Amino acid sequence: MEIVRSQRKSSVTDVAPTLPLYRSAPALEVRLDDFELFAIDRLRVLKGISDGLSRGRKPEEMEKLVRDLWRTNMRHQNTSEVINKDIISHFVLRLVYCRTEELRKWFLSMETTLFRYRFRLEIPEAQRALMGEFDLLYKAVGSAEFESVKEILGQVARSIGQPLPNADTIFFKVPFEEVPELVAGRRVYICKGYAYVPMNQVVSLVVTQFRSYLSKALVLTNRKWTSTIREQEKDRLTPIVEALSTSYLGPDYSQPKEFAEISIKDIDQVANTSFPLCMRHLFEKGVGLKLDDALAFWRAEFSQKVGTERFDKEYAYSIRHNYGKEGKRTDYTPYSCQKIISSTPGVGDHHGCPYRHFRFTLKLMHFHLPQGHATRQNAVYHSEITFFLSTQTSTVKLTSKQIYDFYHDCFLLVCLLLESEENLRAALGKMGVSDRAVEDIMDKVRNRHYQLACTLTFEAVHDSSCDAGINHPNQYFSDSQKILQSKMVIPLGEQLGGMVCICMRQHELVDRKL
Amino acid sequence: MTKEKIEDGRDDMLIDGEPEQRQGNAIPEGFNANYLKVYYGKLFPHADIFKWISYGNDGKHPACDQSYFGRREFSFTLDNDIYVRFQSFNSAVELENSIKEKCPFKIDIGAVYSVDPAKRHAYAQAGDNVFTPVERELVFDIDMSDYDDVRYCCSGADVCLDCWPLMTIAIKVIDTSLRDDFGFNHILWVYSGRRGVHCWVCDGRARRLTNEQRAAIVDYFRVYKVGNENSHKKVSLMGHVLHPFLARSYTEVLRAFFEEKLLCSQKIFATEERFEKILKMIPDDSITSELWGRWQENRRSSISKEDLNVVRWEQLKHMLQSGKQKVQGLRRCVEEIVFSYTYPRLDTEVCGYSLFLSTYCCPEEICEHISYFRFHLQVSKHMNHLLKAPFCVHPKTGRVCVPIDPDQCEEFDPTTVPTLSKLLEELNMGGLRADIDYDWDKTSLGKSVRFFRSSFLQPLLKSCKEEMESSYNAKLQHSKNSISW
Repeated sequence: MEIVRSQRKSSVTDVAPTLPLYRSAPALEVRLDDFELFAIDRLRVLKGISDGLSRGRKPEEMEKLVRDLWRTNMRHQNTSEVINKDIISHFVLRLVYCRTEELRKWFLSMETTLFRYRFRLEIPEAQRALMGEFDLLYKAVGSAEFESVKEILGQVARSIGQPLPNADTIFFKVPFEEVPELVAGRRVYICKGYAYVPMNQVVSLVVTQFRSYLSKALVLTNRKWTSTIREQEKDRLTPIVEALSTSYLGPDYSQPKEFAEISIKDIDQVANTSFPLCMRHLFEKGVGLKLDDALAFWRAEFSQKVGTERFDKEYAYSIRHNYGKEGKRTDYTPYSCQKIISSTPGVGDHHGCPYRHFRFTLKLMHFHLPQGHATRQNAVYHSEITFFLSTQTSTVKLTSKQIYDFYHDCFLLVCLLLESEENLRAALGKMGVSDRAVEDIMDKVRNRHYQLACTLTFEAVHDSSCDAGINHPNQYFSDSQKILQSKMVIPLGEQLGGMVCICMRQHELVDRKL
Repeated sequence: MTKEKIEDGRDDMLIDGEPEQRQGNAIPEGFNANYLKVYYGKLFPHADIFKWISYGNDGKHPACDQSYFGRREFSFTLDNDIYVRFQSFNSAVELENSIKEKCPFKIDIGAVYSVDPAKRHAYAQAGDNVFTPVERELVFDIDMSDYDDVRYCCSGADVCLDCWPLMTIAIKVIDTSLRDDFGFNHILWVYSGRRGVHCWVCDGRARRLTNEQRAAIVDYFRVYKVGNENSHKKVSLMGHVLHPFLARSYTEVLRAFFEEKLLCSQKIFATEERFEKILKMIPDDSITSELWGRWQENRRSSISKEDLNVVRWEQLKHMLQSGKQKVQGLRRCVEEIVFSYTYPRLDTEVCGYSLFLSTYCCPEEICEHISYFRFHLQVSKHMNHLLKAPFCVHPKTGRVCVPIDPDQCEEFDPTTVPTLSKLLEELNMGGLRADIDYDWDKTSLGKSVRFFRSSFLQPLLKSCKEEMESSYNAKLQHSKNSISW
């Protein structure tokens, strides 16, 4: 791709409007502003998809969402330019999102989803052509063979609630290794290592290929970026690229609307009414396992096995080390929900999205020491360490000698994860969320819809709906304030808009020891 | 005299006296280093294990990978429960000598790595993790203790002929599926020595499976939902009909076994406590209360001579299948009950897939969470997992981990598997027979080794050779083509 500042020259001839595979950067010339604008438009599509996924939209809804998002954002006045915009924007975003593991994961996930639904929206002939592009040269099941397996294929269809296949349904014989999700769900008939995959399931095959290709391409792009492009383009593209990845495409919450003097008392009051859970976390005591508690707990457990001396020498040090290690960040940019959710808090930190980090619970239940085995190795090697992973509806029991390795290294994990589901429930209860709503929220959490959980919390606390969903802690706060003001709970003129600027910088607050 | 010689661990074991002095030759049951020394010295089939694990790479063919065997991890459990991992050997002789010298109480076989496991630290500095597993058999571990809630004859470590058939049907169901559905051919089933069976799938395709693919196979086999303490039913068969694999397992194996063997051998309906467990699986109170009432009164078996359990099962089936039932969930209830009691229960962790992780979140999420903790997830050790080698001796029972013929698995009797001491006895009595090449052939182990060779090893090696030759020829062809001008 050649980037020129001024005039534009399109060197692309007729391209049939089909789904590009982004195999190679096209030889196109792009204006610098288009470089950025195209990327932003595509980013809106990807963020819209991200939002749809986190709200738990069903496939049919996602299909419609993708179609609408694409239509809204990726148009171009020249219809022939539509495909160029598609390709250019993808490659620009590749540059933007190749630079860290976290960015790559997000981009890969969203682009794959986008591709999946655009593929579904294509006509069958186009789909088959795309399959060919991916070298998915599977044998289609001929009519004679189809007759012999028709009944069993029907059985599979009925077992997963799908309509029966008829003579027109095309099936492909695909090595089972290439369709692991279908095998795992028993959604296909397998015979002698080949899965009989109907055309409509071929989507997953194509998507898997797309994903795999893009994943590798991103790594390569990153290498090129770091080794040559970033430096070469430092006056031109690099600033644009770097800005794009942190761009938050919602309303701008970084500028304080007004500034007001806030006292600690005020914060407490506002915290109780209008802070989302991630902010309240800062003010709650006793959430999470304190270092001393963790040490005491582990020492008690381990002393039987390794002796207190050894425990103090080997284990206590690393517990302390890990507790103390984190929490010294210097980045002060206000985080959107997305950033908060995707960041990882340290043990003892109170950052991060509590819905996400409360999701996992490991309760160390008990240790059994079999009789007659007194040695240390023996004791841990043969003891039954029972872990229960509890999400209130189901538990998993893991017992195995291999757990020793797991256990040995994961005691720190257990420290973090002992911030249990109970704590989240308690925290929600303190916010005034009803039991019924708490269950709904926990359900969202279990299914990894963290922002949705926060939205439901908002709705429960304020007894009103929040259609836009929560995307930013500041948004929670300001929406909350709006509702409370409209209900005349807080007199006008005492807007704590200034709080927006201060309190949402989590780290600053910690530093000020509020 | 022989007895003393064995305890001294000396090699020559001359028979003194006539076979009538059998009593004097008897070797006490047990498991100890001295017995093991003789076992490894004379009976353990070192060469066969080596040939198997080499998958044809020990030959002279130019396509052979000379480094292959050396990159395989073994682990030894020594006396005093000392466990040493990352053992590797460059030749059959090295392996054999090490085993004879160390006399491990247990030998585990791990994965083939990208580099020699013993040298892994040398590669760690690179930063990039170059030490990774590259090949590993697809393995399954089925343990009787996972069935404790459905067997009343024994519990825990014990097995008997009443509950052992649960293993038999597990073998049948899984073996059939591995061959017919997945197209695998080189499958070795091994008795674990006490209360379970191991399965080794050794096809090249299987050894090269990724973790995701292994997980998919395990999920394909899985029917038990993870239940909490309150859930009485662990099997939930949705859909109007069963997937062909489940349907076949049911009609060919499970139903017959449940109705013809298990019902009576485990007396599934004999007591209130037992039949309540089944009634709890039926989501229709009117049916359960009627049956409960009937069975409560009916202590004494009524007119028919038929077994009480059979009678009650028929009654239950009749009520559930009489067609009047419109209630959701009753449709598959009979099958669900049969599945709960009989369907194979796999130790999914051994298969290389951690149930914990698969059910609750993706591995990346957890890794992310705790990435800065020194923590190695089971999932990242999938191919890393080690499994006990065939022909080891189980320390608690003294029984040898012998192969099981899946086609004759109904005849397999765990209570008659040769023990270490019995083998040593037989070895003594076999004495100096010149006509037998191998010491193990003088004992009941002979049958197992010969079965291992003819049924598993030979076909496997033949196939490895073919694979090697064809890929070698393909490479030659390819390079010929690319050089051509």
